[in-house]
Amino acid sequence: MSSRDLILGRVRAALRDAPVVPEAPRDYRPAGTNRVDLEMLVDRLVDYKAEVYRVTSAEVAATVSGLVGAGGAVLVPPGLPEEWRPEGAFADENLPPDRIAAADAVLTAAAVAVAETGTIVLDASPDQGRRIITLLPDVHVIVLRPAQVVASVPDAIARLDPTRPLTWISGPSATSDIELNRVEGVHGPRHLHVLLLTD
Amino acid sequence: MTTFLGMPATAPRGVGHLRGDQTFPRAARDALQNSQLRRNLRHATTTIRGKSGRVIAELPDWQLLRDAGSGIKTDVMSRLPELLEQLEERVVAVGGVVHWAADANEANTIVTELVKATGSDRVIKVKSMATQEIGLNEALEAAGITPVETDLAELIVQLGDDKPSHILVPAIHRNRSEIREIFLRAMPGVDPALTDDPPVLAAAARRYLRETFLSTRVAVSGANFAIAETGTLGVVESEGNGRMCLTLPDTLITVMGIEKVLPSWRDLEVFLQLLPRASTGERMNPYTTMWTGVTPGDGPQNFHLVLLDNGRSAVLADTVGRSALHCIRCSACLNVCPVYERTGGHSYGSVYPGPIGAVLSPQLTGVADNASLPFASSLCGACFDACPVKIDIPSLLVHLRNQVPHAAVEKAAMAAAARIMDSPRWYASAQRAAKMARIAGRRGRGLPPPLSGWTAGRDLPEFPKQTFRDWWAQRTDAPAATRASGSSGGPSGSSGGAAAASGGPSAGSGDRSEAPDGTRSEREDGR
Repeated sequence: MSSRDLILGRVRAALRDAPVVPEAPRDYRPAGTNRVDLEMLVDRLVDYKAEVYRVTSAEVAATVSGLVGAGGAVLVPPGLPEEWRPEGAFADENLPPDRIAAADAVLTAAAVAVAETGTIVLDASPDQGRRIITLLPDVHVIVLRPAQVVASVPDAIARLDPTRPLTWISGPSATSDIELNRVEGVHGPRHLHVLLLTD
Repeated sequence: MTTFLGMPATAPRGVGHLRGDQTFPRAARDALQNSQLRRNLRHATTTIRGKSGRVIAELPDWQLLRDAGSGIKTDVMSRLPELLEQLEERVVAVGGVVHWAADANEANTIVTELVKATGSDRVIKVKSMATQEIGLNEALEAAGITPVETDLAELIVQLGDDKPSHILVPAIHRNRSEIREIFLRAMPGVDPALTDDPPVLAAAARRYLRETFLSTRVAVSGANFAIAETGTLGVVESEGNGRMCLTLPDTLITVMGIEKVLPSWRDLEVFLQLLPRASTGERMNPYTTMWTGVTPGDGPQNFHLVLLDNGRSAVLADTVGRSALHCIRCSACLNVCPVYERTGGHSYGSVYPGPIGAVLSPQLTGVADNASLPFASSLCGACFDACPVKIDIPSLLVHLRNQVPHAAVEKAAMAAAARIMDSPRWYASAQRAAKMARIAGRRGRGLPPPLSGWTAGRDLPEFPKQTFRDWWAQRTDAPAATRASGSSGGPSGSSGGAAAASGGPSAGSGDRSEAPDGTRSEREDGR
């Protein structure tokens, strides 16, 4: 007998009482209930030590250059809009990890942002790139369009495609393992900048 | 004894970390004497409680989310076979390989063989309760494979040759100076000028692990959930070490308890609201990674999912106890528990400490193997209130207490007590014997064996100088009073009783029993 059959047999035997369970109640606020509050998103992002800038699309490149400093190496996913790319940006064309880690910053778009929790979700679309590129550089800059912001977690779940690899980001990397003191930056990017577009 | 195939089975002995070396009361006694540990725990639990309370208060529908979470989990347990089959089918369809492990031994063998097949002699690990439960690190080491824990707290525990003491923050029993000493002693290449400033310590861990992340080809993780409908798995974390392990290697091996499956993608809208707020007191944890099988060109190209039973089917077989499987490992019950706050996680002997551990561990191992844990609680109910999926832990504790096999000596003592109390003459003799015992033994020493177990955790009250029976017998008008109280009722009888109760202890002045008893007699005097 395979372990698969053994386990399924055990589980069926365990449920010999044939419990009849009513459908789970879902009386909580579902997707579509709440108004999107951009101020709340900014408040929650800042509370989690992300830095937020409100800029127009035309100002993205200059803002990123300002953040990284002159001559800083900015990595971008291959599908990032040209107009956002700062001067000297280089695109990820299946770069090896050490090249990615050597970038001063990575600049991406996003899929969805949740105002209530201050969360930004990446889904590996061409303007966000492979998961690895937003993991190794120490600075991650995300460009967010207001239309991508939703109110709550149910709204985000409703919008996302589960078959894509998803990375949910709420503030930069943090730990509370030493006497519960929050320390920003252990293994992931230690700085998160969000450029919220105003146009 | 023969068991028919498919009979639910408990977790095997001799492997993994579900059984302690000693009983809870014995282990707790040592922990209670460690004032550093108690300080650290008190600070930690108080801090998390406060943070969690604040962010939960932000949600107007918290109780409705709890109802949904509880309802979804109850549904999952009732149709576990079909959901597991659906999950397997989906994971295979999206490029994963599914393995079934009946117990810890089989899971360890499966993972060890998978790692060996890659040719790697090192794996990076995301913090995972399931792999701790089965003792995977020990099994890998025995096979010549080095497991590297990459969560900061797990790293502190691993380098300190220690055991985790909390589900969420495993090194919570250590303070910064202890962590500094562990790093200086055990972290290769550490800066000798290391200070105990938390950012400095975190940076040291970052430097130490960076190269390991980039050069290790195999990772082992647990899973916070798996969606049967889509085959999606998810890991919730803070530091980014999880993302490193789930993204950088070629091969990812995920070990998951069978109870972690959720029916639909939409169910995540409930659990991603419940888990972070109940667990770390955050609106959302810094990082969550979700993957559905293998994505060409992005992340691990080989994905193995190990579905672990290891006693879960035995828990499921108990129609009351099965709700312990609803646990989402948030650790909220630990942080509100007065017993956990004082004894710490090590006292529970299992990787699952605190209130949920006190109900989950004995069920996974069979109650006889963890018989002291259902009693490691004051039944105050705070854990039930705190649980985001509404597991009625106090009721489960009482349910399990009824299953604990009683020691022969305890059974004999209870039988003897029953016989003595059944006979007025024997009862009177026993009271006289108790008086003799008071003369024979000094107060405060407790009772002699085999009754010493009772007084080990309790103060033995002093026997009154005079029993009620003696007092009654000495009353000159006793026979008349008996008749009087029988007809004219309570007042004389009850005032006489009060006099006897207050009279006894006040005579025994000069010891610590005076205070509570004195209070009592004052109250009665004032009535």
